[in-house]
Amino acid sequence: MSVRQISVFLENKPGTLAQLTTALAAAGVNMRALSLAETNDFGIARIIADDTVAAMTVLRDAGMIATLTPVLAYAIPNEAGGLNKLLAVFNDARVNIVYMYSCLSARDNSEAVMIFRTADPEKEEAALAARGLVSISQEEL
Amino acid sequence: MENYYQQAIECASREEIIAMQNEKLVKQVRRVWEAVPYYRKKMQDHGVTPDDIRSIDDIKKLPFLSKADLRDSYPYGMLAKPLKDCVRIQSTSGTTGKRVVAFYTQHDIDLWEECCARAIVAAGGTDEDVCQVSYGYGLFTGGPGLNGGSHKVGCLTVPTSSGNTERQIMFIMDLKATILCCTPSYAAYLGESMKEMGLKPEDIPLKAGIFGAEAWSEEMRRSIEQTLGIKAYDIYGLTEISGPGVAFECSAQQGMHINEDHFYAEIIDPDTGEVLPEGQSGELVFTCLDKEAFPMIRYRTRDICVLTREKCSCGRTHVRMRKPQGRSDDMLIIRGVNVFPSQIETVLLNQGYAPNYQIVVDRVNNTDTLDVLVEMTPEMFTDNLGDITARQNRLAAGLLSMLGIKAKVSLVAPKSITRSEGKAVRVIDKRKI
Repeated sequence: MSVRQISVFLENKPGTLAQLTTALAAAGVNMRALSLAETNDFGIARIIADDTVAAMTVLRDAGMIATLTPVLAYAIPNEAGGLNKLLAVFNDARVNIVYMYSCLSARDNSEAVMIFRTADPEKEEAALAARGLVSISQEEL
Repeated sequence: MENYYQQAIECASREEIIAMQNEKLVKQVRRVWEAVPYYRKKMQDHGVTPDDIRSIDDIKKLPFLSKADLRDSYPYGMLAKPLKDCVRIQSTSGTTGKRVVAFYTQHDIDLWEECCARAIVAAGGTDEDVCQVSYGYGLFTGGPGLNGGSHKVGCLTVPTSSGNTERQIMFIMDLKATILCCTPSYAAYLGESMKEMGLKPEDIPLKAGIFGAEAWSEEMRRSIEQTLGIKAYDIYGLTEISGPGVAFECSAQQGMHINEDHFYAEIIDPDTGEVLPEGQSGELVFTCLDKEAFPMIRYRTRDICVLTREKCSCGRTHVRMRKPQGRSDDMLIIRGVNVFPSQIETVLLNQGYAPNYQIVVDRVNNTDTLDVLVEMTPEMFTDNLGDITARQNRLAAGLLSMLGIKAKVSLVAPKSITRSEGKAVRVIDKRKI
């Protein structure tokens, strides 16, 4: 089951990220995962929030552009070669990764969680499941 | 001692000039009435016929032309000679997608090049000189005009066109160029580059520069003169009227002499269209007295300036115009190229953007920069950086193709573009000229 990521447009200049965190903090939203992609003049913040609806509402009210993107989350052991084993399965299923980032596991501190953006999450999740990979749900994150 | 290219014309008495203008205007008006239905209709709508035009003073009876007329008549509607008699076009920006296409017969090319030759001679040029033309060649009139003028004077012409600064400097130094023709900002840039290479003004063979196609200040003139060790001359022109050389500076450098044997100048109140007396500031209007293919009659340049017929110490008698002080429309001149905000808006709308944009023009290291700020919208936004930069690149390519110059496209946060009283501020020109 895919996870809902919030993607937010930010200008690449001082204060824009703080504007985002101010809004989330005021709404009592905790970020489970955060990744930033940037060019010289703009960036995209990718967030997984503990309360997606509250986060979307507060960001849009603050006049920011935020959209939802389905992503896949998988746990890997927090040890050498952990990611490598996971990616071998992705390779076997010919799944292309558009981008990825990592976050802490909420359920078990001996594991890490990897978030993947792929072209067609539903189809690719099925292909990976057929090879024994079980994704993490929004609630487990 | 002052040199002239065509002394009898350049130093003609006021009476001789007026006689010439009387004769040429009467002929020209009759000719366009017969050859150009667009003009005839315009004159009829204005209640005037060629019989009403008996001297240059009657010019005020004629209707004005503007860029809008050129857009409406694009491409052939203003043509006053059969296409088989035309030998060249040059082109400049229109206000939106359509460009202005100006046609020339060989006669028109010759008179244009003669005007440029007058400018080169006024700047001290002779057939002993090596004249490097670093204006762009092509549809832009800068390169072709000065190139032709340089030939007419008999200079050794070095047609480097614009860009490739290293090669420009190599030719200046190796071929001992003595006259440089380009935009003032490019001259300043060349000067800075040569200074960085350790070249001192006395090492540089240049003695004069003819710089135009964009606004420049006296401070900029002095700075270019110092770094290159030259005397810098201003030149003025526009494609609609012919190109560079409509007016040029002499050794006195107290305004630019308008070649009024070919181009009759008036200053009008831009709001009422009323002709203003000499010495008053207003919009410059030109009439081509003897161009054949594309003879603009009372064409509104939108340049704001002042005319004077006071005696000039150089001996030339032609009316002088002061450097234009601004525009009566929203046209920007960026790196010598005419840019209308409406052209930028056309590209944005064509590519599906909302018209929330801002144009920021600045001058960095003597070079104009153009930055187009576009507000991000939820429809445009995706989580994928590559998709957004591809869109940004497509917009930049569209702007380059429309404007002919590179623009930087910056995506900004929604509602971040300055609005004053609810109205977006479209253009911010930070250049201090």
